[in-house]
Amino acid sequence: MSQQYPALLVIVPLLSALVISAAGWINKRLCFPIAVAALGAAAYSCIGLLLRVLEEGAIVYRFGGWDPPMGIAYYVDHLNGLVLVVVSVVAFLNLIASKKSIELELPDKTAPFYALYVLQVTGLLGIVATGDAFNLYVLLEITALSGYAMLAMGKDRAQLSTLNYLYMGTIGACFYLLGVGYLYIVTGSLNMVDIANILPPLYESKAVLGAFIICLVGVWIKMAFFPLHAWLPNAYTHGPSAASSLIAPLVTKVMIYVMIRLILTVFTPEFAFNVLAVSKPIVWLAVAAIFMGAILALAERNLKKMLTYIIVAEVGYMVGGAWLGNRAGMTGAILHIVNDALMTLCVFLVVGNIAYKLKGYAFDDLKGLVRKMPFTMGALVIGGLSIIGVPPTCGFFSKWYLISGAIQAGQYAFMVALLFSSLVNVVLFFRVIEICYYEPFSNAHGHDHHPEPMAEAPLTMLVPLFIVAVGLILVGLYTGDIVNNVIEFAIPKSIV
Amino acid sequence: MGDLIQIVVAKYNYWIYITLMMIGLYAMIVKNNLVKKIVGMNIFQTAIILFYVSTGAKRGATIPILEHGHGEHGAGAHMIHAVDYINPLPHVLMLTAIVVAVATLGVALALAIRVYNRYDTLEEDEILAQIREK
Repeated sequence: MSQQYPALLVIVPLLSALVISAAGWINKRLCFPIAVAALGAAAYSCIGLLLRVLEEGAIVYRFGGWDPPMGIAYYVDHLNGLVLVVVSVVAFLNLIASKKSIELELPDKTAPFYALYVLQVTGLLGIVATGDAFNLYVLLEITALSGYAMLAMGKDRAQLSTLNYLYMGTIGACFYLLGVGYLYIVTGSLNMVDIANILPPLYESKAVLGAFIICLVGVWIKMAFFPLHAWLPNAYTHGPSAASSLIAPLVTKVMIYVMIRLILTVFTPEFAFNVLAVSKPIVWLAVAAIFMGAILALAERNLKKMLTYIIVAEVGYMVGGAWLGNRAGMTGAILHIVNDALMTLCVFLVVGNIAYKLKGYAFDDLKGLVRKMPFTMGALVIGGLSIIGVPPTCGFFSKWYLISGAIQAGQYAFMVALLFSSLVNVVLFFRVIEICYYEPFSNAHGHDHHPEPMAEAPLTMLVPLFIVAVGLILVGLYTGDIVNNVIEFAIPKSIV
Repeated sequence: MGDLIQIVVAKYNYWIYITLMMIGLYAMIVKNNLVKKIVGMNIFQTAIILFYVSTGAKRGATIPILEHGHGEHGAGAHMIHAVDYINPLPHVLMLTAIVVAVATLGVALALAIRVYNRYDTLEEDEILAQIREK
C-alpha cells in the first residue's frame, strides 16, 4: 500500500472528481463527503510519503513499470515531499472550512464546484510530484482550467477578470511548453533527472539558454512575479471565497516550487547560478516586486484586494530568495513556501468568514467587527503578525533566513526591500486591526448602551481557522526541526 | 544578405512558427474585442503545436511503423535505423496539447458568453467604461 502512495495521491482525487460530478446528479449532499474522503486520502498519502522519504531518501515511482527515460516517473524527494504535505493539508482544511460558504454563495452549483475543487488539487499535487517535464505541463493546465472555472463562479467582474487571467495563464503555460520543446530538441528527453544528466556538456548552447529563459518567464507569468502580476489581484478578489482561499495560498506557491525544481534539478544550480550571470538582475526584479506589491497594497481600501497585493510582494520574497544563490536564501525560499501557504490560507479564511456574515469586506464594513466576530478577528491578528514577521509566528523565521541570505550574498537592496515590506505590512494590518477594534460598529452610531451581539461564523468554519492559526505558531516553533530534517536535504550540497 | 536568406530557408519551419506566434501575441495585445483575443490565443497555441510537430520530421524518413516486425523474417532479421523513421514522440505529445488547447478555448468562449450577457458587448474599452461608471 505505502509503495503506491505517489500514484494514489493523484489518482484518488482524479477519480473522485469524476465520481463527485456523477453523484451530483443523484444527490448533492453526497458530493461533500466524497470530496473530504478523497482529499483526506490524498493528505494521508502525502504525509506517509514524506515520512518514507525522511527514512529512506528519494523515491522514484514508475508508472506502469516503465523505466524513467521512456515511461513517466514520479520523483519524490525532501523538497517536494514537504510541498506535497503543505498542498494537501491546506486543501483539506480549506475544503472543510468552505462548506458553508460554498452553500451560501453557490447554492445551485455545489456539485460542479466540489468536482473542480478536487480536480484542482489533483493538478497541484501532480505538478509537485511529477518527474517529467511534459507531464508537468499537462497538470499545470488541469490546475489552471479548473481554477478559471472556479474563479469565474464569483460575482460582479469575476468573469471578466478570470478571462484576463486565462489569457495570461495560457501564455505562461505555452511559454513553459515551448521551453520544454527546446530542451527536448537539445537532449531528446523529457525526464527531469535524465535532462539534468545530459545537459552539462551543452551548457554553452544557445538553445539551452533559450529553453531556460522561456521556461522561467512562463513560470513567472503563472506565479504573478512583479511585471507579470497584473492578472492576479482582480481574479482573486472577485472569485468566490472558497475558490480564492484554495487558489491564493497554493497556486503561486506551487509555481515557486516549479521554479526551484527547474533551478535545482533540471538545469542544476551550477548552470543557473554560475554559467548564467542573471542572479543579480532577477534579485533586483524581486526587489521591485516587493516594493510595488507593498505600495499597491497600501493604496487599497478593500481587505481582500489588499491581501492579493501582499501575495504579489510575497512572490517577490521567494523568487529573490531562490535567486540569491546561497544556502540561506534557498532555505528561506523553501521555508517561505510552507509558511506563506499557511499565512495566506489563514487570512483568506478570515475573509471568507467575514464574507459569510457581512456580504462585504471593504474597510468601511469592518468597523467594530471584533465585538461581532472575536475569534475570526483573533485569527486575523495572528495571520497578520505572521505576515509582518513577528517572532513566535512562522513568518519571522523564513524572513530571517531570507535576510541572512541577502547579507551573505551582498544583495543589500533585497534586505532593504524585505524590511520595507515588513514595515508596510505593519501599517496595513494595524490599520485593519484599528478599524475592527476601535471604531464603533457602523449601525451603532457610537452608542455604547446597546453593544453589538456576537454573531460568529459557524463552528465548521472556525475550527479549521483555529487549526491554521495555531499551526502558524507551531510551524514557527518547530522551524529548526523542519529546516534540519527536511529542507537541509532538499538543497544540493553544491549550494553553500 | 545571402547568409540571411540561407538561414531563413534552411530553418523555414522555425520561422513559420515564430511568425505565427507573433501574430497570435499581437492579436492578444492589440485587439480590443475579447473574442479576437481568444482567436489570437489559439493561434499562439497552434504555433507551438506546429513547432513540436515540425521537430519530429526528417528528410527522406517514413512513418514510424515497422513493416517487417512480425512474420517469418522476425524482428531481428532487419536492422532498424532511427534515421529512416520520423520521430513520433513530439506528435504524440501534441495530441495532449491539442486537447488542452481545445479545453482552454472552450472555457474562454464560455467566459466570453458570460461577459457578453452581463455587459451586452465584447469590446474591452466599452466594458471598462461601464465598470468605471458604476
